[in-house]
Amino acid sequence: MVKKYAVLLAAAMALAWSGTFANPENDRAAFENYFTTKFPDVPLDDFKNGIYSVDPIARADWEQIEEFPPYEIAVDAGEVEFNKTFANGKSYSDCFGDGAVRGQYPYWNSERKEVITLELAINECRTNNGEEPLKWKRGKIAELSAYMSYISRGQSVNVVVPENDPDALAAYERGKRFYYTKRGQLNFSCFDCHGTGSGKSVRLEKLSPALGHATHWPVYRSKWGAIGTLHRRFGGCNKQVRAKDFKAQGPEYRELEYFLTYMSNGQEFNGPGARR
Amino acid sequence: MIKKTLMVLSLAFAVTLGSFGVFQGELALADEEAVNLGKKVALNRQKGNCLSCHMMDDGNQPGTQGPPLIAMKLRFPDRENLRARIYNPLEFNPNTIMPPFGLHNILTDEEIDAIVEYLYTL
Repeated sequence: MVKKYAVLLAAAMALAWSGTFANPENDRAAFENYFTTKFPDVPLDDFKNGIYSVDPIARADWEQIEEFPPYEIAVDAGEVEFNKTFANGKSYSDCFGDGAVRGQYPYWNSERKEVITLELAINECRTNNGEEPLKWKRGKIAELSAYMSYISRGQSVNVVVPENDPDALAAYERGKRFYYTKRGQLNFSCFDCHGTGSGKSVRLEKLSPALGHATHWPVYRSKWGAIGTLHRRFGGCNKQVRAKDFKAQGPEYRELEYFLTYMSNGQEFNGPGARR
Repeated sequence: MIKKTLMVLSLAFAVTLGSFGVFQGELALADEEAVNLGKKVALNRQKGNCLSCHMMDDGNQPGTQGPPLIAMKLRFPDRENLRARIYNPLEFNPNTIMPPFGLHNILTDEEIDAIVEYLYTL
């Protein structure tokens, strides 16, 4: 009898344990389920189109825009840059092969104990070859990223949190915490607007669902009149809620990208994108 | 003279009708200033910006994040309660998307009072 209780107790504790320390895959399944339940008419593989998956009126405009995409100039400029030779005789292809590597980022580097994003890798490729690093949020780095994303279209999002590496899980958890933390004078978390508030509007602007948010970067944004990186957008979001923005490619935003991209595992990379 | 008296009388009658009949005595003339200020603050995008999430009054292109602001007196008869919901809505729902307008100094005490005054006309 006592034995039976002990077994039951152990089982209950195991359940509590697994609940407290949810693993990334459980998180992702719950995240996906939240949005597929909220938007039952949207096919799972359409969430990669962001706001246009849930806003048919904006989608019609966007589909027209996509016939002569505003990011094309950036893709072309990125291709030219990608094929340039560095002063030491090497080039980007020594780091990235043919450049179609979008699906490999972001990833956890166990030796360096940090998240490596595509933009970080681009600049490290430059500095390792004696070139000056590029500015993080716009311009050449966004063009290179646009070109590499363009030729990587169709690759699957498949971010890995290595199971045997507690540091990787800790980085993932920090990204997740960032995502759900209310911040700024207006006190919004990322999820407030892009989870709870998604599909509903702020004035006339419908808010996009977070599932698929990380698939289509960099983005040509009409508001910017130019192409910009995901971390530029993170900074803009933080400022909009009247919080202080973090540094592009600093640990906070890289870990946020790690978490957010993981949540879109199974979606397709389809960048660069065009947005209002 | 009779004409003048008549005018004063009818004016007095209109005011009485206004305060007792239509607004049930809530909207004394002295409060009008507060109501006007409240509406201004509520609509100002840098201040209350209520319209970004709530349908209200004659505001154009309201958002849909929060419920429409109608029948406020009926739904929130307790003035202090309504005020507290603007000052710090997280006290009532820790997951609410609504900003804590008082707690985070987005609006001043006077502005929140004025908004309450204005909301009671909706």
